[in-house]
Amino acid sequence: MINILHPVSEEIFRVIILLCSVLFLLPGCRSSSKKALVLAGSTSVQPFAELLAELYQQRHPGVEINVQGGGSTAGVRAVQDRICDIGMCSRHLNAAESGLTAIPIAVDGIVLVVHTTNPVVSLTREQVRAIFSGTVRNWREFGGANLRITVITREEGSGTRTSFEEKVMEGAHFASDALVQDSNGAVREIVANDPGAIGYISFGLVDERVKTLAIDGVQPTEETIRTHQYPLARDFLFVVAGDSNPLAQSFIDFVLSPEGQAALAEEGLIRVR
Amino acid sequence: MKEKLIEKGLLIVALSALGSLLLIALFIFIEGMPLIVKVGLKDFIASTHWAPTRGSFGILPMILGSLAVTLLALIFGGGLGLAGTMFLAEFAPRWSVRILKPLIELLAGIPSVVYGFMGVVVLVPWIRQTFGGPGFSVLAAGIILGIMILPTVIAISLDALNAVPLSYKEGSLALGATRWQTLYRVQFRAARSGIIASLILAMGRAVGETMAVIMVAGNALLIPTSPLAPVRTLTSNIALEMGYAAGDHQRALFATGVVLFVIIAVLNTIALLTMRERK
Repeated sequence: MINILHPVSEEIFRVIILLCSVLFLLPGCRSSSKKALVLAGSTSVQPFAELLAELYQQRHPGVEINVQGGGSTAGVRAVQDRICDIGMCSRHLNAAESGLTAIPIAVDGIVLVVHTTNPVVSLTREQVRAIFSGTVRNWREFGGANLRITVITREEGSGTRTSFEEKVMEGAHFASDALVQDSNGAVREIVANDPGAIGYISFGLVDERVKTLAIDGVQPTEETIRTHQYPLARDFLFVVAGDSNPLAQSFIDFVLSPEGQAALAEEGLIRVR
Repeated sequence: MKEKLIEKGLLIVALSALGSLLLIALFIFIEGMPLIVKVGLKDFIASTHWAPTRGSFGILPMILGSLAVTLLALIFGGGLGLAGTMFLAEFAPRWSVRILKPLIELLAGIPSVVYGFMGVVVLVPWIRQTFGGPGFSVLAAGIILGIMILPTVIAISLDALNAVPLSYKEGSLALGATRWQTLYRVQFRAARSGIIASLILAMGRAVGETMAVIMVAGNALLIPTSPLAPVRTLTSNIALEMGYAAGDHQRALFATGVVLFVIIAVLNTIALLTMRERK
């Protein structure tokens, strides 16, 4: 029995080995013929860049776009060091980062949201800082009900939190009893259900279940965010070095095209074109 | 010859499970230890300030948070579980045991995100309205975890109780003890090590649970001083911040994993030793 089977099984074995090696080699061949583009930087921009990359790759099947996080500063440095083609940045370039070209692709507003029953309509940045650092703990202080303030912040490392820290906290620490949630949606969910809650989320995720606050007297609207009249507006930038490659340019053109801008607007960002 | 081959093959498969465990442990330690060494073990586990992007790596609030949540879960889940075990073992009619036991075991199959969702939708608003505070709290996490560990407590302690020889019970009853005295003083005492092991295994499950806890505990970086205070556990800390962490921040999360790994390894060892003692 074994003697009869033996040559056959050996043949099968050979075929399997052949198949395996072909399978292993195939993807290697394919990827080497592909053109690749690397994006790195702000984690606030990352999900949008991933979406755009997906759309772009659908239209240009031969291109592979790799989107990485790391933060705005790391992204800009990676462009300077020519490690990546396009840096993603959710703040303005500083003096040390000159010599690079920054292309705004969209504007985002960080919006303070409270429960719909909260009578407070406007706060100054100092008041917001007092709430989030825990020095003021009752809505009474701002003309609201005698209600404890539930502060909700984002997790350390989140791009939205980093921007909020820069624009509002100015070095102050968050109150240690502030609730921490790991997404805009989770923050909104808590605010929608807790009459005393306050949190900050991206403008695009505001819906009718929460109430937005005016900051320094300016209501967050598409118009005030686009013009940066609203103090917590931030540009999402693509940063490229002077000698940008044609593939990067083609991707940026796509992002700024009506189609790319519409995709960003659909995700809640405010278009620049 | 052929049998030897199959034996060897099975041995390799069995060893691969052990191997992956070793690799995971090795990886966590390699990634996490440099940070613990850099910060100092004492500062890492005894300092209260956690701001990894600003260079503060203190996980004491999370260690105490994990302990508080687990303790509360053991009080709820352990109490309910042992009461349930007594009922199932001694007082429940046969037909109801046949229905109840599989149903309780089914609890173990419900995904933890579903428990968390129930917690957010039902438990948290209830705590906020009844007791005040934000609702996201040690109490909410403790109750949810208490329910989640029920199947572990009941399954293992029921087995232990059923393994007590019938003669113990008969002897006790013959001496004039009531059913309750017999159950509590004789059968429970005889099954003690199995029951303790069930509680320790349940404790391991409670310490390791992540998703449901993130959803209901509030995750504040606070040393819990009241059951109504929000709290962050070791596992939540890792899962919350993993997405964006880089560099020392990421290593700090692995280091949190090292601490968690040690805690769970110690718990499981104690459970194994108490179970062995029984034999």
